[in-house]
Amino acid sequence: MNYRWDWAVFYDISADGTSTYLQNMFAGMGWTIATAIVSTILALAIGVVVGLMRVSQSRSIRALGAAYVEVFRDIPLLVQMFVWFFVVPELLPSAIGTWIKGLTYGPFITAALSLGLYAAARVAEQTRAAIQALPTGQLMAALALGLKRSTAFRTVILPQALRIIVPPLTSEIVNIVKNTSLGMTIGMMELTARAREMQESSFHTFEAFLAATAGYLAINLVIISVMRLSERRLGKSKKPAPIAILNQEVLS
Amino acid sequence: MTALDLSVITHNLNYLLVKGLGLTIELTMICAAAGLVLGGVLAVLRLYGPAWLRLSVAAYVNLIRSIPLLLVIFWFYFLVPYVIAWVTRAPNPVQLNAFVSAMVTFTLFEACYYCEILRAGLQSISTGQKFAAQALGLSQIDVMRCVLLPQALKSVTPILMLQIIVLFQDISLVYVLSLTDFVGAATQLAQQQNRLVEVYLFVALVYFVICFSATKGIRHLQLRLANQ
Repeated sequence: MNYRWDWAVFYDISADGTSTYLQNMFAGMGWTIATAIVSTILALAIGVVVGLMRVSQSRSIRALGAAYVEVFRDIPLLVQMFVWFFVVPELLPSAIGTWIKGLTYGPFITAALSLGLYAAARVAEQTRAAIQALPTGQLMAALALGLKRSTAFRTVILPQALRIIVPPLTSEIVNIVKNTSLGMTIGMMELTARAREMQESSFHTFEAFLAATAGYLAINLVIISVMRLSERRLGKSKKPAPIAILNQEVLS
Repeated sequence: MTALDLSVITHNLNYLLVKGLGLTIELTMICAAAGLVLGGVLAVLRLYGPAWLRLSVAAYVNLIRSIPLLLVIFWFYFLVPYVIAWVTRAPNPVQLNAFVSAMVTFTLFEACYYCEILRAGLQSISTGQKFAAQALGLSQIDVMRCVLLPQALKSVTPILMLQIIVLFQDISLVYVLSLTDFVGAATQLAQQQNRLVEVYLFVALVYFVICFSATKGIRHLQLRLANQ
């Protein structure tokens, strides 16, 4: 083996001529985190709504929720990103399409949007599973007390359901962070893209990939610690058996 | 917006579906089978191996599961040549072609996920099963082979099959190695003929139809297994 390690390479000026590789890696990490935050907010907002649609009393609203989940789950994320990036601007009226294509942060917006919509389908399934896991007596008792169905959901069902979905949500947010790397295929310079760029111009393959790996591990460690803390704050929910967690992870 | 021109699809169906989708399916089947075997070995080692082995398997599985698949693909693409050179004592890294590299990567990657699924399956079997088998005089390996693994496999079969669908979708990422899988073939065609809209919509539709019907089939099977 004749691989020459050189960690000082991170202080070299990168191919762009102004910033060092180290600066580039941190810039990449910044984009990764920014994308993950926007996607997570989108995924939570849309996911909870779609999850509620799936337990609606109206048949058509249930079907609509199910259709959302199926469409966003049964197409690979890479293809979804390509569709949002290359196809959708063409299908819109040409003035809007041109405006979208000219956006400075086009890749970032597209990546965050498509990742958020994709993850929302999974959050929706977790929300639905959590609501259905609650004893039916909860809803009945709330209704019997004279609460409107909407109030019952807002004040009784959802607070309990959200507590149950904290653990699967943790792994979903970790998934979102990992999936931001797909942004590189539409030109977003996030962490993986920066590592790849450094590898191509400096030939220090393993330093670059080790740095990126450490970056992802650090981000995920922070997420897991924060979520553990919030889990403790929200009060202990009964821990489901490992197989139930897996079922939820894979099925959702 | 211009009218859709589907001739780009109909004229190249063979290239898209036989060459492109064919490669995706081929990779899926090879890696699912190899990953399942390796994942089974990892699961057994992680549960019943000596302490140092349990820890290293756990470290490997957790590491792979916490970094992006794209990064894993790049890692193996550049690392495996060095590993082969080291094993065979070759002076220079032995460059693999992209297909073999993707095969190795996805097998090692999927093995981690299968390991976790099988481990959950094995842990869900009541300990009485193991003790009863031992009391009957079965050897350590026979307990595993004839009693524990068959029951674990049965309870996690639907999850394992859903994981194959996830793999089928994940294979699309070999696009970054410039392999002509379904997405790779579609991208080449789309750029050559400047027909991105039609081609990518077609790709999305095909993936949807395949994954939707496969998922429905597995759920059906899951219900039947549950009712047995």
